[in-house]
Amino acid sequence: MLSIEHLTLQLPYYTSWWRRRWAEVLSDVSLELHPGEVHAVVGASGAGKSLLAHALLGLLPEPKHQTGRLTFQNRALTAARQRQLRGRELALIPQSLDALDPLVRSQRQVSWAASRAGHARSDAWQAAGQALTHYQLDERGRQAFPHELSGGMARRVLTAMAHVSHAQLIIADEPSVGLDPQQRNRVLDALAALALEGKSVLLITHDLRHALPIAQQVTLMNQGRCIETACASAFRGDGDTLATGYARALWQALPDNHFGVLTTTQAQNVA
Amino acid sequence: MSRAQPRRDAFWIGTAIAILLVALLSSRWLLGDTPGQMHFDARLAPPSLDHWLGTDALGRDLWARTLAGLSLSIGVGSLAALFGTLIALGMAMLAMLGPRWDALVALVIDTLLSVPHLILLLLIAFALGGGTQAVIIAVAVTHWPRLARLLRAELLQLRHAPYIVMSRALGKSRRFVMAYHYLPHALPQCVVGALLLFPHAILHEAALTFLGVGLDPSQPAIGLLLADAMRYLSSGAWWLGVFPGLGLLLVVLSLERLSSHWRHAL
Amino acid sequence: MQLIAITAARLLRLALVLVCVAVVSFSLIMLSPIDPIDAYLGPQMAQVSPEQRHLIAERWGFDEPPVVQFGHWLGQLLQGDLGVSHVYNQPVSEVIGQRFQRSIMLLGSAWLLTTLIGFALGVIAGAKEGSLLDRIISTYAYLTASTPAFWLAMLLLLLFSVYLGWTPVCCAGPTGTLSQDVSLATRLHHLVLPVATLALIGIANITLHSRARMLALMNSNIATHAFAQGASRWDIAWRHGIRHASLPALTLSLASLGELFGGSILIEQVFAYPGLGQATVAAGLRSDVPLLLGIALFTALFVSVGNLLADTLHAMIDPRLQKVTP
Repeated sequence: MLSIEHLTLQLPYYTSWWRRRWAEVLSDVSLELHPGEVHAVVGASGAGKSLLAHALLGLLPEPKHQTGRLTFQNRALTAARQRQLRGRELALIPQSLDALDPLVRSQRQVSWAASRAGHARSDAWQAAGQALTHYQLDERGRQAFPHELSGGMARRVLTAMAHVSHAQLIIADEPSVGLDPQQRNRVLDALAALALEGKSVLLITHDLRHALPIAQQVTLMNQGRCIETACASAFRGDGDTLATGYARALWQALPDNHFGVLTTTQAQNVA
Repeated sequence: MSRAQPRRDAFWIGTAIAILLVALLSSRWLLGDTPGQMHFDARLAPPSLDHWLGTDALGRDLWARTLAGLSLSIGVGSLAALFGTLIALGMAMLAMLGPRWDALVALVIDTLLSVPHLILLLLIAFALGGGTQAVIIAVAVTHWPRLARLLRAELLQLRHAPYIVMSRALGKSRRFVMAYHYLPHALPQCVVGALLLFPHAILHEAALTFLGVGLDPSQPAIGLLLADAMRYLSSGAWWLGVFPGLGLLLVVLSLERLSSHWRHAL
Repeated sequence: MQLIAITAARLLRLALVLVCVAVVSFSLIMLSPIDPIDAYLGPQMAQVSPEQRHLIAERWGFDEPPVVQFGHWLGQLLQGDLGVSHVYNQPVSEVIGQRFQRSIMLLGSAWLLTTLIGFALGVIAGAKEGSLLDRIISTYAYLTASTPAFWLAMLLLLLFSVYLGWTPVCCAGPTGTLSQDVSLATRLHHLVLPVATLALIGIANITLHSRARMLALMNSNIATHAFAQGASRWDIAWRHGIRHASLPALTLSLASLGELFGGSILIEQVFAYPGLGQATVAAGLRSDVPLLLGIALFTALFVSVGNLLADTLHAMIDPRLQKVTP
């Protein structure tokens, strides 16, 4: 469905009034997403996960240097095509809850997303209501302003906004952050359900444990680079089937496993 | 490392203003023609090579009078902005003395802000009997409340800052906290505040003088030049009205731009 | 219930501020070096003997200590008596009433234009930072923010009244006609230029404020999310921008009634429009103390009510400031 080949991204920064330099924030990233699959991208903060999501949607502001090739449904995903497909074929579930407009009731926000995705005006409102019901928001939740919603409810409104567009590729940026386990599972299950409908889900998270239950593929990122892409099933036991030391180290460092901590030098070697 | 592109024109604006200020302040020596000198053969003359901006009804050169007026405006404006900032700083510090003082300062600020600026200016100019000093005081007194409100909000946030609480707990006197914690924090704000007050002060000085309660009529102030021009509007002496105002606009605009650059820079 | 309590507290505060305004303006008048008897007499100053001056001082209480005079004035004020204006030879309340009727047309239409146009321009400019439209609108706003109101009034008068002759040169109606005989069309014709000047100057403030709000919105997560949904800039400006920028714009324009009134003083002076602003200048120049005090109090009331409305409106409309209904 989506393939990313050798994506490199540089963003400018200013050392003084006149001197502009370029910082490489993504280097040679390659990924392959298939329909019906949840593909997790796992990395610490600053690994470039969110930038990857924004680059896929063409949301990064100019000036930027971007090289590499994006292909979506067997056609090149150019900037023009990104603009065309955003909200219709490509959807984003944003990381931050303040992506919801604080002055607009939930159902209206979802209906806006629906009409942006091409629903007719009369149809959009109904579609929004259905999408919210699908994500277990009652009448009060539908008529609430974002500040009246709990974190989990707000997250489900955001998911409904992506769902209502019928997009084939859904990019979820840290959907599990700041939620209690029960709410988190609800949100993650919703993403798994989207994949079951035949869509591709790109799940971005910093916590490997949240990704593993629903993901089929896991890509580890560090400092703008892809370290390894592995099957979710490879994260098992001691993680012997994992190709890189970094992935093994990360897996073993989890509290449920050995809590294994490498010394700094070892960590540098494996990285 | 910042993503945002810095504003590059600040430097040029600064240079332009420096040149402008030097030109205005030295205009009295640069020009052979003093603002008061009358040319009896060239009364109400339109702009020409001899008189770049024309002359007024008494044959006085408008270029010389405009420059003199602008330098007067800048002088009055800068003094008013300086005094206004000092009052604002003093009031904000006073508000930090305790809740009673704070309530009093807030009430004074609310009172002064609820009267339209121009009416308060008229009242103060009336109370002081007009003249340059009265204008400076009036403009300073009307313009401090906004800045004081800003400073007060800034300092109030600081009051519960851990290092202030620590400082008090360690037995530092109120005076010490004022002088070594609050004051240094408020000073950068004050510089910006003074710069922001400056163009407003100039505009209000001109307005007050235009209405006839400001600067002494014998001085070539911009407000007076324009009030004078009102009388010759229908006779077609457009240059009397256009040029002094344009000069004032340019000065205020460049000062305003400079101050907003400073505000963003700090 | 809570709203009522807050409103009551605000009203009390307003009353307190007005009392303070009365104290401040009265003390300023007392400070004045201008002799109150001279001010009372005006041009007839020279025709009065010392004995007559003494009688005047006794009649109006000019000799008494300031506190007593203030008490006297305040007492009259509470009975609704603002004193008599010697410039207009009328009770001050009548002068203010008549003049304000004329000024309210000017102020009201200029306020409406300023708010609507300023808001629209701000939203358009802020929707796309750095676009051609933005640069044009911002330049205009920065220029007019630095323009002396009375100078712009002079330029417009010069252009439209003196050279083009499209608009009348002065006043609220043709000279020599009684005000009740002036038709509505003529009135409006005389109002066009003053209103235009006042609006042209006032727009800058609202525009810059709305533009800043829009820029913040356009750089926020809300806008990024909307872009990700395939929204265009104008879609975002229309759906999100108007919601986010309208309340601050309305609040600001209600809170800047004082500046609007200040502008109207200058503009009425240039256009010789017989409104409250012109009366203010006349009172100031000719030392009409009762009128000056009356106008100071009246405008303070006017401005404070604007501020009060702005605060109350904000609390009532912004959903974030409302209590969550259980």
